[in-house]
Amino acid sequence: MASDSHALTTQEHSPVAGLAHDQRGGISNVVLGMLLFITSEVMFFAGLFAAYFNVRANAPQWPPLNVETGEAFHLEILPLVGPATVLLILSSFTCQFAVWGIRRGDRTAFLRNIGVTFVIGVVFLVMQATDYILLYEEGITLSAGTFGTTYFTLTGFHGAHVFGGAIMLAVVLYRGLAGQFSARHHDAVEAVSLYWHFVDVVWILLFSLLYLLPGKAPAAV
Amino acid sequence: MATTALHPAARTYRSTLYEWITTTDHKKIGIMYLINSFIFFFLGGLLALGVRSELAQPGLQLVADQTYNELFTMHATFMIFLFIIPVLAGFGNYIVPLHIGAPDVAFPRINALSLWMLPMAGILLLLSFFVGSVPAAGWTSYSPLTQDRPLGSVGPGQDLWLVAVVLVGTSSILGAVNFLVTIFKMRAPGMTLFRMPIMVWTVLVTSVLGLLATPVLTSALIMLFIDRNYGGAFFDPRNGGDAILYQNVFWFYSHPAVYIMVLPAMGMISEVLPVFSRKPLFGYKAFVFATAGIGALGFSVWAHHMFTTGAVYLPFFSLMTFLIAVPTGVKMFNWIFTLWRGKLRLSTPLLFALGFLSMFLIGGINGAFSAAVPVDFALHDTYWVVAHLHYVLFGGSVFGVMAGLYYWFPKMTGRMLSEGLGKIQFVLMFVGFNLTFFPMHQLGLAGMPRRIADYAGGAGWNDLNLAATVGGFIIAASMVPLLWNIFVSLRSGKPAGDDPWEGNTLEWATSSPPPPYNFDHLPEIRSERPLFDLRHGHAAPAATAVLPQSSSTSH
Repeated sequence: MASDSHALTTQEHSPVAGLAHDQRGGISNVVLGMLLFITSEVMFFAGLFAAYFNVRANAPQWPPLNVETGEAFHLEILPLVGPATVLLILSSFTCQFAVWGIRRGDRTAFLRNIGVTFVIGVVFLVMQATDYILLYEEGITLSAGTFGTTYFTLTGFHGAHVFGGAIMLAVVLYRGLAGQFSARHHDAVEAVSLYWHFVDVVWILLFSLLYLLPGKAPAAV
Repeated sequence: MATTALHPAARTYRSTLYEWITTTDHKKIGIMYLINSFIFFFLGGLLALGVRSELAQPGLQLVADQTYNELFTMHATFMIFLFIIPVLAGFGNYIVPLHIGAPDVAFPRINALSLWMLPMAGILLLLSFFVGSVPAAGWTSYSPLTQDRPLGSVGPGQDLWLVAVVLVGTSSILGAVNFLVTIFKMRAPGMTLFRMPIMVWTVLVTSVLGLLATPVLTSALIMLFIDRNYGGAFFDPRNGGDAILYQNVFWFYSHPAVYIMVLPAMGMISEVLPVFSRKPLFGYKAFVFATAGIGALGFSVWAHHMFTTGAVYLPFFSLMTFLIAVPTGVKMFNWIFTLWRGKLRLSTPLLFALGFLSMFLIGGINGAFSAAVPVDFALHDTYWVVAHLHYVLFGGSVFGVMAGLYYWFPKMTGRMLSEGLGKIQFVLMFVGFNLTFFPMHQLGLAGMPRRIADYAGGAGWNDLNLAATVGGFIIAASMVPLLWNIFVSLRSGKPAGDDPWEGNTLEWATSSPPPPYNFDHLPEIRSERPLFDLRHGHAAPAATAVLPQSSSTSH
């Protein structure tokens, strides 16, 4: 008797009963999925960070000595890494401005800010690549002991995530130019912005860890 | 939005193969998960027979040391990464959307991606047999055994292994995201969290574990890959690295992973036991909290695999490991009191569920023994550990998988499996299993180390090893009635109807097999047993005391 009235349809004209399921309000599937995926990414970096702290704690001094030159490794914030950091932090702001723009339905502001964010992401990658080349010329390489291995693995995987994020931004930009987003429908924008903020936060942690955290003097004998 | 998959124009003819390869239907994907998993189950089983054949007698009769190492490495790799974890994900894929009254998972295309990564990973692993360097460092792939050097895992096989396992892990992570969003967002009206079938709860907790633990394994494997291929120094003490670090990041995943490998099987028998005892599950909420408790504690016990390294804080990890016995014990009570004074129907699914109960109990008890540090020091890396892990993963998970297979096969195919063949399989498997793995307890206590191709003839281990080998072949024989049963059933099995077992949960409210998007109509969901309510609604006045399911009840 009453069973008919409990059919899945919550929207009368839904083509297939039940497809309207995920539209009951609350957080959207896409955004929740992205948050969960970011959670897993946090754990991925946690593994790498744990490895970094582990080798650092085991080392007699940090930064350790370069076997080739006999001097302690040293990383320069200028000229590249500092500006790149400022740029990446800036890009989180532009990314958020884009989200706020599309939430208001202001497509121009949205497209402009997403475009700027994407460009900054690419510039960051170029700067990182340049920095890598300089480091390799100084003899700081992936195979130069624990220092080089951890440095390049941590920053390299961060760079890979910037690359991934830039691809996502490009897709969002492309879809935005095609007019696919509006004040009501822009889950992808929200999700990609979350990912971009995550990539930014990882870099802030990495920068603090690799460039700002004081080293460890060799134990007095 | 001009064309969707539902547009009439899309109904042109497509071959069945194309349909299956391109499908995003969670049911077809679930079935392909199961098929892929069982292929690797049989491959892994063949390798296990190789291991057991070599150990039947002292001396090296069949294979060389290196080949033996390859056999047990690939056996465990197939069984863990390409059978147990995916087979449970496969059941989850098929059952969870049905259980919560959803039309599909939240991200069907990502679901297909998760599936297709698995055969790719399997192909990569199989390729190592053709590049002439099969991984031989055990499924744990400890460094320095895995480093590319003499006496290590030389050659590209180990790299293929690393990439394959990263693929499996990525598949797990994406699958976990999918399950969690599906469970949180796609439940039918009235399906509150505490009305979800236990199976869904176990998949939920498993997904949280997979989401948080698997990426750490990925990081471990990537670091190992960098060490092996790019001169990295993570795990190499000669360059300031730390071999114990690998064990930490590996087990940080791989201990939670043992719960990933058993919790959904627990969920499956928790569906089977109430249906075949004609009683609700005893202590539903206690079971849910116990599951969550196992998941939470599961993150604080990884170093009990590393007691003998001397590099971990023994009292903490020992205590936490003992603590896990508490929620596990709660579940044993749930199951036993579900059976207690129930009207038991000893059909094949229940037999396998009872097999799970009894075998997992042994595996749990011998596991709790090993949690004691002094005992672990004596038993570490002996056959005791092999006995323990097989009682948990085979006696537990595989029996659970068989229970689930017999229980849900009618739903998946619309055909019943033969009870007679099922019971023959159960008896063979139960006897073979115990004959194989029970003697390993004594072998371990007598000091026989694991992962050794040979042993001294005078050590007194000959009879027990022979018994274990005979048992292994009996397990293999038990697969014959299973395959024959499936074959016959698919050709000419008895039609199952919608609800052959008088089930409790929503999957039995739709046809067998369910149509695309699963349901036309759903029964009212007022408890965790909506179908029981539907059958016996007039006799269950207590149900009316429950909150109304949604505003739509006022129609």
